Amino acid sequence: MAYSEKVIDHYENPRNVGSFDKSDEAIGTGMVGAPACGDVMKLQIRVNQQGIIEDARFKTYGCGSAIASSSLVTEWVKGKSLDQAMTIRNTQIAEELALPPVKIHCSILAEDAIKAAITDYKQKHGLEANADAAADQKVAA
Amino acid sequence: MQLPIYLDYSATTPVDPRVVDKMVPYLRNHFGNPASRSHAFGWEAEKAVEDARAQVAALVNADPREIIWTSGATEAINLALKGAAHFYKDKGKHLVTVKTEHKATLDSTRELEREGFEVTYLDVLPNGLLDLDAFKAALRPDTTVVSVMFVNNEIGVIQDIPTLGDICRQRGIVFHVDAAQATGKVVIDLQTLKVDLMSFSAHKTYGPKGVGALYVRRKPRVRLEAQMHGGGHERGLRSGTLPTHQIVGMGEAFRLARLEMATENERIRMLRDRLNKGLSEIEEVYVNGDMDHRVPHNLNMSFNFVEGESLIMAIKDIAVSSGSACTSASLEPSYVLRALGRSDELAHSSIRFTVGRFTTEDEIDYAVDLIKRKVAKLRDLSPLWEMHKEGIDLNSVQWAAH
Repeated sequence: MAYSEKVIDHYENPRNVGSFDKSDEAIGTGMVGAPACGDVMKLQIRVNQQGIIEDARFKTYGCGSAIASSSLVTEWVKGKSLDQAMTIRNTQIAEELALPPVKIHCSILAEDAIKAAITDYKQKHGLEANADAAADQKVAA
Repeated sequence: MQLPIYLDYSATTPVDPRVVDKMVPYLRNHFGNPASRSHAFGWEAEKAVEDARAQVAALVNADPREIIWTSGATEAINLALKGAAHFYKDKGKHLVTVKTEHKATLDSTRELEREGFEVTYLDVLPNGLLDLDAFKAALRPDTTVVSVMFVNNEIGVIQDIPTLGDICRQRGIVFHVDAAQATGKVVIDLQTLKVDLMSFSAHKTYGPKGVGALYVRRKPRVRLEAQMHGGGHERGLRSGTLPTHQIVGMGEAFRLARLEMATENERIRMLRDRLNKGLSEIEEVYVNGDMDHRVPHNLNMSFNFVEGESLIMAIKDIAVSSGSACTSASLEPSYVLRALGRSDELAHSSIRFTVGRFTTEDEIDYAVDLIKRKVAKLRDLSPLWEMHKEGIDLNSVQWAAH
């Protein structure tokens, strides 16, 4: 299987590898996938007081495309608000990395990982995970 | 040292230079059609084909008249299974084979199922070997053909062909053995083995691709229905002009195998054991398949918490095969490793190393060092490794299968 240059770059020089302390209030953790399926992604975000994602870390068990997809999204989410990060779509990831059709599931998993991390952060802070509950946010905060 | 290092000899072998030298004159000068009976060009080609037939027969202690040329082991297996099943269909329409067989066998039996035959696919033990009692129990009065591979292509385990042959012969069942991975690796004596049909490939034993052979026993005689028609070559069993240069190559490759296999296999075993010893120093690695009943050149190992395809990408300086097929939409790991009862995780994490005639000790040492470093790097990237180190039992986690 031939990989695109971008996949190889992210695979060989993965960005933001590592872990944050899961129990830290500022951290949201998303873990998606299953070992039996051949890929598991753990994505963590650090969110500041203003609700902006300051930093991100990932660890991924999976093929080169899965590692590259998760590495890429750690770069993309940084500096974004939670709502902005929620708009990242797997098609953008697949396009950026020129993933072949058989590897599209890797980009879907990366999108799921972002959403899971944001959901985890919101739950920690008593925020509703879905956007239409935004009105409740002030009360909860 | 030349990179990348080839450690995939079970996929194919380079053609031995001595084999190439024998083949070339049959492309340049002796181009005759072996079926041309009316001139010297044909006679010369025919002699070369018959000499090669004798060399192939000699490696497996058979009569040259029992060797039928084919385009490779896949065609030989198709001819054996479909040919015998069709010929004996009035006797019965049941076949028995094994879940860990090569796709050439499994796809042929699937085709026979579509034609109305019934096929039993036997499980294997966790070490990859057949359970002889389960084997006996699967045989029925209407079983006409049994097919078992001599050496498994993924895990290299050697099935008990002598015993299986005895069981089949007692019951009058045609016994086919896929020996594509066995020639030059294990001693094959068809005078003692009760095997009726045996498939061979040239390119797994330092011969060229595109040629193979089927052994068809004469005493007791086994009958086949031809699958390829036109011209009546190979005693009507396989029509088509014989590729003289390919056949000459297979003959020379098998002649060399017979002369050199005893010493060669000792050297290769030493290299494989060196590889195994080096890689076994890594934590959480598992050898797949029985280590005692195994060809000397195969090592199949799972590197827990590392996904096979990413490992192959990381070690691109060595050419190996993975048991993970992450390229398919279903993400199915190796069906052979699944049949051993390996978890999907370990099946996804497996690598097949096969060493061969041109592998050196330096190459093995380079491979061990590279793999150690890359496994460590990928484990640093692996959330599963992190959880394992935190003492979390991964089986206790509720994963969302996707």
